[in-house]
Amino acid sequence: MHNLTIAQLAKGLQSKDFSSVELTQHFLARIAELNPAYNAVITVTAEQALKAAAAADKRLAAGNAPALCGIPILHKDIFCTNGVRTSCGSKMLDNFIPPYSATVVENFEQAGAVVLGKTNMDEFAMGSSNETSFYGPVKNPWAIDCVPGGSSGGSAAAVAARLAPGATATDTGGSIRQPAALCGITGLKPTYGRVSRWGMIAFASSLDQGGPMARTAEDCALLLNCMASYDDKDSTCIDRDVPDYSADLNNSIKGLKIGVPKEYFSDGLHAGTEDAVRSALAELEAQGAELVEISLPNSALSVPAYYVIAPAEASANLSRFDGVKYGYRCEDPKDLNDLYTRTRAEGFGEEVQRRILIGTYCLSAGYYDAYYGKAQQVRQLIQQDFEKAFAQVDVIMGPTCPSPAFKFGSKGDDPVAMYLEDIYTIATNLAGLPGMSVPCGMVESKPVGLQIIGNYFDEARMLNVAHQYQQATDWHDQMPESIQQGAES
Amino acid sequence: MSWETVIGLEVHVQLATKTKIFSGASTAFGAEPNTQACAIDLAMPGTLPVLNKQAVHYAVMFGLAIDAEIGQESAFERKNYFYPDLPKGYQTTQLEKPIVGRGNVEIQLADGRSKNIRIHHAHLEEDAGKSLHEGNFRHGVTGIDLNRAGTPLIEIVSEPDMSSAEEAIAFAKKLHSIVTSIGICDGEMSQGSMRFDVNVSVRPTGATELGTRTETKNLNSFKFMEEAIAKEVERQIDLIEDGGSVIQETRLYNGDTKVARSMRSKEEANDYRYFPCPDLLPVIVSDETIEELRRNLPELPDARQARFVEQYGLSDYDAGVLGGDAAMAAYFEIASEKSGNAKLAANWTMGELAARLNNQDLSINKSPVNAEQLGGLVARIADNSISGKMAKEVFEGMWAGEGSADEIIEARGLVQVSDSGALEQMVTDVLAANQTMVDDYINTEEAKRKKKLGGFMGKIMQASKGQANPQQVNKILAQKLNELV
Amino acid sequence: MSIERHEIEKLATLSRIAINENTITEVSQRLGSVLELVDQLQAVDTSGVAAMSHPLQATQRLREDEVTEINQREAFQAIAPDTEDGLFLVPKVIE
Repeated sequence: MHNLTIAQLAKGLQSKDFSSVELTQHFLARIAELNPAYNAVITVTAEQALKAAAAADKRLAAGNAPALCGIPILHKDIFCTNGVRTSCGSKMLDNFIPPYSATVVENFEQAGAVVLGKTNMDEFAMGSSNETSFYGPVKNPWAIDCVPGGSSGGSAAAVAARLAPGATATDTGGSIRQPAALCGITGLKPTYGRVSRWGMIAFASSLDQGGPMARTAEDCALLLNCMASYDDKDSTCIDRDVPDYSADLNNSIKGLKIGVPKEYFSDGLHAGTEDAVRSALAELEAQGAELVEISLPNSALSVPAYYVIAPAEASANLSRFDGVKYGYRCEDPKDLNDLYTRTRAEGFGEEVQRRILIGTYCLSAGYYDAYYGKAQQVRQLIQQDFEKAFAQVDVIMGPTCPSPAFKFGSKGDDPVAMYLEDIYTIATNLAGLPGMSVPCGMVESKPVGLQIIGNYFDEARMLNVAHQYQQATDWHDQMPESIQQGAES
Repeated sequence: MSWETVIGLEVHVQLATKTKIFSGASTAFGAEPNTQACAIDLAMPGTLPVLNKQAVHYAVMFGLAIDAEIGQESAFERKNYFYPDLPKGYQTTQLEKPIVGRGNVEIQLADGRSKNIRIHHAHLEEDAGKSLHEGNFRHGVTGIDLNRAGTPLIEIVSEPDMSSAEEAIAFAKKLHSIVTSIGICDGEMSQGSMRFDVNVSVRPTGATELGTRTETKNLNSFKFMEEAIAKEVERQIDLIEDGGSVIQETRLYNGDTKVARSMRSKEEANDYRYFPCPDLLPVIVSDETIEELRRNLPELPDARQARFVEQYGLSDYDAGVLGGDAAMAAYFEIASEKSGNAKLAANWTMGELAARLNNQDLSINKSPVNAEQLGGLVARIADNSISGKMAKEVFEGMWAGEGSADEIIEARGLVQVSDSGALEQMVTDVLAANQTMVDDYINTEEAKRKKKLGGFMGKIMQASKGQANPQQVNKILAQKLNELV
Repeated sequence: MSIERHEIEKLATLSRIAINENTITEVSQRLGSVLELVDQLQAVDTSGVAAMSHPLQATQRLREDEVTEINQREAFQAIAPDTEDGLFLVPKVIE
């Protein structure tokens, strides 16, 4: 059953080939068996899942159940789940059990989806390798000594390892797309404002966006149908009808104009990655799409602009973790300052502390204009680049990341080496555009991701293109060898 | 050397909304600790703010009341600092684009002068919670109550246009009058609904450059403000005259102990790192909304005072007292309407009622005698049903909650007999029954007779069980006795 | 590029993070490396470019002034580090 896609599982459930309880038990068993090797799931909610599955089976039996009814999924541990620990990958929230749920979580609950548990992640979503998690790194199912990417590495590895057919994730600078690419699955970061941020623990509020991860574009469409909603609890959520993202999947892409930014094929790009991406583009061209070389001249500035804006916002967003209202508090604080400084030094990991310090620096008196102010202007320039490009083309494509999954610890002591991992993904967050990663090849037995960037609210078209590509290729069907000995069915 | 004082005010006004500025939690005063602090107010992870429409409208109304520029596009910033009563570790406030721009407030001074105080701007922001340093909890800790966290405020920032405590108090009172008149604040100073930060500096008379200023924070009564300014001016002058210099600092004034001190803990590393709040979008107030709010803006204090002179024939002074305070004005108008005698209603509102409220430290909104009741009482005085003395007794009864004036008058049998036929009969009877006294009266030389009237009055009032209208009895008695002489 | 010790100390104070004396050099170097990266911005000509705080051209939605929240003190304080009599407790605050 675990090799079936969500679309296939939904069909099976609706036609009673198997029950949601059976499906849930199957995936719970896989998690129990395989997760110790990957560390992708950090909280398993077996009891609640089986209860939800039984309820889903009732709804299915009654007929007219929604598409995701009875489908097991995992939530990234950044989404608050009422009564279930929500740690955000941090010691700071290791004991945090929210008495409320994220809107995304509620949406899936209403649709009858079954939540198997919560996935591991870089602490507060700050990382591109999952090495910053308080719960230890997630292992890439394709290469156990390599990173799964981050920050949604747990969700990506879990989907790749068939621990769940789909998972939620978030993307602030590439945190859906990069791990999707490194784990050989499909992931979509929607337009900023498409998915509610309520109950999604904030990293950088003007960049964060939740999105789905699954093996296929078709499944991502099903998940996004549920995940996207207008939410009046999030002032930045856009009041706009949610289309049926599954509706246009089968449209022909003949005449589609694909922009290929020359800046995305520059020096740092791994040759094997480039080859895979170029082949994918050729495949789409063969299906009738037109490739147009474009330029996004300010691309190189996206990383520096991001590493001002994201830490600046984070430095304020993470001030609430002070040991007063919830979460970690240091032992025996001797005074208020000791309570604050020790709680935060002990509760936050090194990378989180670093980003808070950078953000504080960039906002502090005397530096604001040079850093924060300047980065906001550069952000405008980056958005203008995309505006010009989208006047010419329908979608933009290139690699998701510069190279395939790297070994643990290989980025060394220099944080900047890790930051450059997101060089192709960050710009879309700065502009608020939707972006997606689709498996498009293998290099050194590790997956490569093709990035598709769409215009604002053009997710349906991106999913259509990705689906058409997946109809003609089977990269998304590849299965890591390490999981093949897993429980069969 | 002679010195002049320069004062500027920052005034925090709690807006009278039902809910917080960014959450749907109640703002009602006096609830049990933390029972009105929802997930947003507690800065629980993943929670987000959504702006309260009423708070925006109230801020715009203030702008209209002081004839200010209204920021059609305003924005929120985060002001970063750590404090246990600030749950997010930043205050959401406005810096670059406040909702209310430059405006003007005119104040009236005791010597009859009036003066214009310029408003630099007014912005929307959220209040913090409260730190309780003493309570039922164990020693050595501070308790945090976040009920107040997120209560909408406007912070009104004046230019340093005031040059004495008197002017500062007049300005503060005028703001109080404006915000209560337009109904955007309940004006309850004792509950912290208005709090004043006072910036004070001194300079040699005639100097053009400003001296170094200090900021005394969080004064919540006009009296404390006056004391704090007087002390601070004296402190600064003494300091400079002794060869020292004023340090720019934040100070606290304790109105109970009358002690002012520096608040050094707030001084260290004062870098608030303001930046635009990414959770909130630009706030647009349309021309239509502004015009609608302008049309519906309640009467302002100046206009009301003029109307009171015109409509009720009150003196400028009385109109100033009654018209300057929104609650008192509303009270007076109801009492006046109900009684049919504006002047008498004004006297009672400003006299007996105000004295009583003041005495018991009550605001007029909390008065045990409401405006209808007072009007009912004044009506009975005006139509001579009861005497002034009886009225005081009735007022006592109403204060004690015994009911309306008419109910108390009836229950206590306090009817004043003003029927002249009945009174004449009563006087005749008393005179007949006290021939000795009458004789004595007649035999007294004319100049001293007046003193003898009291005895007859006593007898008559006794006979009428105190219900005879004394003025009328006096008249009839004098007449009858003079006939006998 | 590295940041001077007093600057690190100031940042640590502002952000209320205790920094271990032994790691201060390392922290300084790593922050310096990030600042070198972001310093690339300085070379960009941004004259006349408006600052962009939000990715979308949207305006703030306004909420009706209606009470929608109920008292959940018990639930919230069940996960709080230290409470008594309905209050969150912290070491004594000296103003």
